[in-house]
Amino acid sequence: MPQDLLYSKTHEWVRLSEDKKTATVGLTAFALELLTDLVYVELPEVGCRLKAEEPFGEIESVKAVSDLYSPVNGEVAEVNSAVADNLERLADDPYGNGWFFKVKLADEAALADLLDEAAYKKQCEEEQH
Amino acid sequence: MKNTLSTQLLFELSKPGCRAVQLPECDVPTKPLDELLPKQSISETTPPLPELSEPEVVRHFTNLSTRNFSVDTHFYPLGSCTMKYNPKRNERLASLPGMADLHPYQPESTLQGMLALLHQCQHNLAEIAGLPAVSLQPAAGAHGEMAALLVAAAYFRDRDERRTNVLIPDAAHGTNPASAAMAGFKTVAVKSTPEGFVDVDDLAAKLDDRTAVFMITNPNTLGLFEPQIERIAKMVHDAGGLVYLDGANMNAILGVARPGDFGADLMHFNPHKTFSSPHGGGGPGAGPIAVAEHLGPYLPTPVVVKDGEGYRLDYDRPKSIGRVRSFFGNVGVLVRMYCYLRSHGPEGLRRIAEDAVLNANYLLHRVKDILPVPHGERCMHEFVASSSALKSERGVTTMDIAKRLLDYGFHAPTVYFPLVVREAMMIEPTETESRAALDAFADALGRIVEESPELLHEAPHETPISRPDEVQAARKPVLRWRKEEG
Repeated sequence: MPQDLLYSKTHEWVRLSEDKKTATVGLTAFALELLTDLVYVELPEVGCRLKAEEPFGEIESVKAVSDLYSPVNGEVAEVNSAVADNLERLADDPYGNGWFFKVKLADEAALADLLDEAAYKKQCEEEQH
Repeated sequence: MKNTLSTQLLFELSKPGCRAVQLPECDVPTKPLDELLPKQSISETTPPLPELSEPEVVRHFTNLSTRNFSVDTHFYPLGSCTMKYNPKRNERLASLPGMADLHPYQPESTLQGMLALLHQCQHNLAEIAGLPAVSLQPAAGAHGEMAALLVAAAYFRDRDERRTNVLIPDAAHGTNPASAAMAGFKTVAVKSTPEGFVDVDDLAAKLDDRTAVFMITNPNTLGLFEPQIERIAKMVHDAGGLVYLDGANMNAILGVARPGDFGADLMHFNPHKTFSSPHGGGGPGAGPIAVAEHLGPYLPTPVVVKDGEGYRLDYDRPKSIGRVRSFFGNVGVLVRMYCYLRSHGPEGLRRIAEDAVLNANYLLHRVKDILPVPHGERCMHEFVASSSALKSERGVTTMDIAKRLLDYGFHAPTVYFPLVVREAMMIEPTETESRAALDAFADALGRIVEESPELLHEAPHETPISRPDEVQAARKPVLRWRKEEG
């Protein structure tokens, strides 16, 4: 699990740019493992305004359909449309090629609620039981 | 996949020239087709209909019918679905000509018997719900949810209150948020406690003047009766909201507890779960709703009312949300429900709930020695076991066990639901099963968890089709047969 990322309680990861003006968002390996085989993902469109902790799309596996929640406030600047067509490869590289979209951050307010790697790891361990 | 013995389609079995009927020569004057229809309406080729003899057609369908896995052939402990046995008495009565051959457009004066039956259904459901106003119109449980939420929306609109949110526990059936969204509300998830109940603090934090409805399933999808239900209902009411009861699990409390008495303002029934009408399989269903007095005026129109000695359909309901279904819903399903209600009577219905809970608890105590049941020693009508430990120790998943149960002659339980339990296996035996059937199921489960992971990963082994590729089936479903070219 990368140490330089921030994590939401709902299992999205966030990679901040150096100037902290944009963020890349994806779904963690832990969440992908629990979902098992993926069938479908719905991602937002470029220009879509996101609010932290509100759903931006959904992901469907053979087990269940789950909402995906935005970890940040901002506007979608770029979407990784290749990921939707290669769902079987998403789990191979969730923190790299598996990114969902990039956001132009509206503010940094929501970042304070995100977890660091250690805290997120702890949450995963608790959820495992 | 080991076994792929699928049945050939009639189109594949077709041989030119085969036929099942021979019609005599036409002995009345005929006209050529092109004199009857304009040229552009006549196809240049004949449709590729299959050509088979009568025995071939009969064998095709008879063989297909033996592929059914149903509650009439096997134990079917599908949690949350309440696959209870459908008494054949219901079918016999519902197919009587006086029931089956009615037309909804007959004059009301000739429909009095049916209207009396439906009026009695309204009355009985109101009594069971503890909520006085009933609509029988919705055509399925989820349709009932949506109709009731539209009733709630109409109620708030009428009161000039702008309430946008529907609160739903994270253990709820997926239909709850779907119905709320369809009815124009925004859904807000409420967390569960580790014990599996509504997290009252989280609920309190999310209740406000935007709250329209709190939807609760009680007993919930873990098979637990919410001990704080009265407090929860009071919290919702104090915030100005309404409490909706998802009646999917009424089989556990029938005649024992009434939703209206524990604070619900609206609810739906699933006659196929609670009152033994057949599961529709996408076919005709019913999802009657019951609501509190102050919500009655908003119910769908029409409702059956008693007028002196007779009955009529009342359309004069200015605040009604209108029709939600053509005619009067799926009356055939309601007739079966009525037969069940009257066959059992009030004491009998209570015994159904008691036996369903007793059966589930007996099976819980057998199963918990085989697979852990994370949420407690006692349950209502169903319980949720978990293969989480088995998965991490031996790589055997809930799906493997579910598939292997088919080889032992049992329908698989509900799997991977509710989402709050890892590797969930949701088991609901219902009241009609004998102790011998419950023991046989538990014995099979006990044997399966001892079997080799390799064997289980490939299960089922004894069914005509073993394990289809579910990922490809979901990603690239083949929904239509096409004749192979050449």
